[in-house]
Amino acid sequence: MTKPPPILLDGPQGPKPRRVLSRRNIFLYGTLLVITLYYAMPLYVMIVTSLKGMPEIRMGNIFSPPMEVTFEPWVKAWSQACTGLTCKGLSTGFWNSVKITIPSVILSIIIASLNGYALANWKFKGANVFFTILIFGAFIPYQVMLYPIVIMLREMGLYGSLGGLVLVHTIFGMPILTLLFRNYFSSLPEELFKAARVDGAGFWGIYFRIMVPMSLPIFTVAIILQVTGIWNDFLFGVVYTGPETYPMTVSLNNIVNSTQGVKEYNINMAATIITGLVPLTIYFVSGRLFVRGIAAGAVKG
Amino acid sequence: MCAVLPPALSRVEIMSNSIEIKNLDLNFGSIEVLQNLNLDVGKGEFLVLLGSSGCGKSTLLNCIAGLLDVTAGQIHINNKNVTWAEPSERGIGMVFQSYALYPQMTVEGNLSFGLKNAKLPKAEIADRVKRAADILQIEPLLKRKPAALSGGQRQRVAIGRALVRDVDVFLFDEPLSNLDAKLRADLRVEIKRLHQKLENTMVYVTHDQIEAMTLADRIAIMRGGKIMQLGTPDEIYGLPMNKYVADFIGSPSMNFIDGSIQNGVFTAGDLAISLTGYEFTSGEAVDGGATLGIRPEHVITGELVSHSPYCIDVEVELIEPTGSDKLIDCQVAGHLFRVRMDGQAQVSVGEVLRLGIDPARASLFDAATEVRL
Repeated sequence: MTKPPPILLDGPQGPKPRRVLSRRNIFLYGTLLVITLYYAMPLYVMIVTSLKGMPEIRMGNIFSPPMEVTFEPWVKAWSQACTGLTCKGLSTGFWNSVKITIPSVILSIIIASLNGYALANWKFKGANVFFTILIFGAFIPYQVMLYPIVIMLREMGLYGSLGGLVLVHTIFGMPILTLLFRNYFSSLPEELFKAARVDGAGFWGIYFRIMVPMSLPIFTVAIILQVTGIWNDFLFGVVYTGPETYPMTVSLNNIVNSTQGVKEYNINMAATIITGLVPLTIYFVSGRLFVRGIAAGAVKG
Repeated sequence: MCAVLPPALSRVEIMSNSIEIKNLDLNFGSIEVLQNLNLDVGKGEFLVLLGSSGCGKSTLLNCIAGLLDVTAGQIHINNKNVTWAEPSERGIGMVFQSYALYPQMTVEGNLSFGLKNAKLPKAEIADRVKRAADILQIEPLLKRKPAALSGGQRQRVAIGRALVRDVDVFLFDEPLSNLDAKLRADLRVEIKRLHQKLENTMVYVTHDQIEAMTLADRIAIMRGGKIMQLGTPDEIYGLPMNKYVADFIGSPSMNFIDGSIQNGVFTAGDLAISLTGYEFTSGEAVDGGATLGIRPEHVITGELVSHSPYCIDVEVELIEPTGSDKLIDCQVAGHLFRVRMDGQAQVSVGEVLRLGIDPARASLFDAATEVRL
């Protein structure tokens, strides 16, 4: 004998209906839209202005799209704009920045990851004191150390050279990167480290064969932090290099803030966008990994 | 009088020692975790370190493995002083609770990692990996990454990693704690089979007394960094040397009744049990404060009660049927008293039940020192 199917009563049944245009949604997406516009507007103005000729800019409609699209400002910004005495555009500064950023990023990440690994897994006597001092370094304002470093670089014969700036960037990246790597490595299961020791792997063996392959997210975070930080640096660049070795940010400043001649807004806008392209690209390419790594490195202290 | 068989005791014949721990101390800063610990493990013996969390059992295992530097004392493995040796030089293999498989390597890579570090020839490595995979039946998994394995398979690979090292001593650090109940029971049997087949020394840390009882040749019950009792599962169960061990082993745990002994009679409230048949450790009855311990399964019920040396009547307070057994809660001399009855027994709450107690199967502990009398 089979039971008759139960009879459904009136009232709610099945999934709860959700209205698309509820008050909550309108408020939420409305706010998001306003904020998006607020942040996107300057970028829009920059792109539009960089594609206009000077006569069109002088008409003053900064929000209107270009009537006649021209890429000349971009070409000029890259190769002809005057930065101080020379008029070779941003290109020199760009290649200087590349020469500064790549070695600084690689060096600082290699050293900091080894620091973090040693601090997390090979606890030595005084490890905590060492770590505390290192972290303390992150809280000292850079300006305090500007002049002492000038003297130190001069004594080492590195003042005004790219090598000197690479050294400064590597050292100043150390506190925050070490913290990042130490926290990430401490969050990896300790038993893996123990198992590798039982398996006869040493300090370097465990680092290269066990730790590094498991640490892609945190390496990504470190690369992003360092590339953007070093690429966007202006203070160290302007203090520790000379006109021949100025990084891109300093060249950009010299173009935009030149006091002689006509202000060529289209060239300024194009130069600014070109300078910002490298960090922007890095963010877009590795955004997801970045969030994962930040979350992983931040949790455990 | 009912005839009661004396508990049969067996001793593992220890020919030579595989691990010798001598006067071992270990401190973390000012915290003393292990104090003056001595322990010998015989060749081919299965020793289980059992204790609740924080008792120092895992710390002791890490000391044997060389993953922790000892504060004082010596550790010998296979008659070699390895106190200062690296973990890889000690001739041990270790299996961890969280498996600790290298996630970026395949199963094969995991198994061969230690052998590659030891710079063994390729053919030898392939040979050993194949043999270990054979024993543990994990050949089909060799090309997989650990993430693509189930918990039981992962633990098997972890055991395999110890196996390929071809060592005499295996260390297990709660290897089954992360598995579900059924798998745990299956792998437990597998580990026991493996031990019988390989005949190497195994030191196994666990907090699960069933694992300890089923696997061990000898059990060391630890508490506060000290070994409370070291003995065969039968000894630990039948002749607990102190109240802690008696309470720790057995589920449901032993019933305790506080009272005193006078002229060979234990009295507590209106109880007066003659201790004829109880074997005192000193050989003769001791007077003074004492605690009587009796396991729920050693309380005599049913028809056999009429043959038992001492009988009491109790009122049933609570019944917990488990299928095979029924657990009865009642009060004896003001203490909660649990009795295990046959699952088929007919009882109901409020009924008066007659129980029999046999001093020969009970334990007596000094009221002050909690040591077995």
